[in-house]
Amino acid sequence: MGTASNWRADFPILGRPIDGRPLIYLDSAATSQKPEVVIQTMSDYYREANANVRRGVYALAAESDRRFEHARASIARLVDASTDGLVVTKNVTEAINLVAYAWGLRNLSDGDEILITIMEHHSNIVPWQLVAELTGATVKFCPMTAGHELDMDAMAEMIGPRTKVVSVVHVSNALGTINPVAEIGRMAHAAGALMVVDGSQSVPHMPVSFTELGCDVLAFTGHKMLGPTGIGILVARPELLDSMAPFMGGGEMINDVTTEGSTYATGPRKFEAGTPPIAETIGLGAAAEYLMAIGMDAVRAHELELTRYALDAMADIPGLMVYGPSDPERRGCPISFAMDTVHAHDVAQFLDAQGVCVRAGHHCAKPLMRTLGVAATARASTHVYSTTDEIDALVAALHGSAAYFA
Amino acid sequence: MHRNSTIDLPQLKGHMGGLDNLYQEVILDHYKNRRHRGEIEGATVTVDHNNPMCGDEIHLQVRLANGRVENLGHTGDGCSISQASASMMSEVVIGKSTDEVRELIEHMRAVMHGTVEADEELLEDGVALAGVRKFPARVKCALLSWIALKDALEQQGEADGK
Repeated sequence: MGTASNWRADFPILGRPIDGRPLIYLDSAATSQKPEVVIQTMSDYYREANANVRRGVYALAAESDRRFEHARASIARLVDASTDGLVVTKNVTEAINLVAYAWGLRNLSDGDEILITIMEHHSNIVPWQLVAELTGATVKFCPMTAGHELDMDAMAEMIGPRTKVVSVVHVSNALGTINPVAEIGRMAHAAGALMVVDGSQSVPHMPVSFTELGCDVLAFTGHKMLGPTGIGILVARPELLDSMAPFMGGGEMINDVTTEGSTYATGPRKFEAGTPPIAETIGLGAAAEYLMAIGMDAVRAHELELTRYALDAMADIPGLMVYGPSDPERRGCPISFAMDTVHAHDVAQFLDAQGVCVRAGHHCAKPLMRTLGVAATARASTHVYSTTDEIDALVAALHGSAAYFA
Repeated sequence: MHRNSTIDLPQLKGHMGGLDNLYQEVILDHYKNRRHRGEIEGATVTVDHNNPMCGDEIHLQVRLANGRVENLGHTGDGCSISQASASMMSEVVIGKSTDEVRELIEHMRAVMHGTVEADEELLEDGVALAGVRKFPARVKCALLSWIALKDALEQQGEADGK
């Protein structure tokens, strides 16, 4: 389906100027831009089919249900999963909290270990720390190598009989590292532990098959994959969902409610209390279809080319440190970097003055930042609409920033 | 398609023209040659503050005696704005009475929140920080050391009150 330049034309915001200059958006790891089809699909829903789902008997409600279920099926197809295991949440943070509380509270106890890694986003650290406090379990962090990849020897040593859950980011948002989550999953399962994968930075950018990964839970978020904010997805083995207690209670998640107590719905609905984000689900369905029409292999190939191009060009900038693996094949799209003489915030501010949007900060990964020995890094990240011209602009601006602050 | 859209986009004002206003020469000078950087002898109060949004950190040591800021030293890691601000603040507060310093801190906060114009008599080099106002994301950087100093004064006040 076309080429990068055609895809770019699908994103209305990229046509807008800022101070009369083109927008160079290199912060897709924070949130992606949205193609016209996503914006239009959500707008159409409100104009043509808005009614609450899963409860109305009238024709309009049936149309709303049809679009909602069609979207859920598209989202499940993107990650090669069954809709029976697909739970709609607010974001990945809520999805991981859901697992930590609904599974963790009833399956963890004193002496148990929760194994995560040093390169996790706070959303895959703090929920486990909270549940550890309540259950007496301990949170362990698998370290990384000098090459900013997970230390798999340490991983093998750390997964043991006390390990009850292993939760690992698929692609690090702050390093770009692709982690071998299928292999880690096999190790976790051999020890009888649950395997959770944070797919926030992988599902939007590369082919990800829930079935092939073999994990128990995969979480990802709509707004990083060309869809709207306000929707995250938790994919789990349906049997696992059946074995878990509810997370939040309320409407829609029940079988029956009496003054004595309640029984719960089966399947994903048990975890979807209240009216779901309907327009957002439908919008995310459109995003999933858009990505599948391009093909996730083509998305990955495009971004790999950009990453290779960027790493080559950035290698020539004096005083620039790039974090993460040097081999682009072992990376997703985020490229974190620091200049030896200019603080990350000043780099980002200077880049902004050239029209280049990048993130600067700790990327919600403070344990990782402490390991790297930095307070902050700057980060450039791409998506299907990104171009080598934009990388050129980034590189030129980085050269300029070194001179400006010299 | 959007390319043919007749909807007028609002003119989004970026920061293209304002960079030199933010990074005035005096700010870059303080960043490169930080005044009163380091530990001091005989500190009576020590505070650590950070900006949870960005990870900037300041470690502030103050020697308060006879109702005055007798000496002050700062260490930590942060952007040019937060570091230059700490340097400028140090120069202007050392030797002043705690009441004068409190007034200075309030003035700097008001300047950053855009409610008053910066008074060069009071702030000296720190008047250059007024340019940060146009960059709302950076206001916290400029205020980090000032808020830390306010905290230090309060901690000392509490300790003395006991």
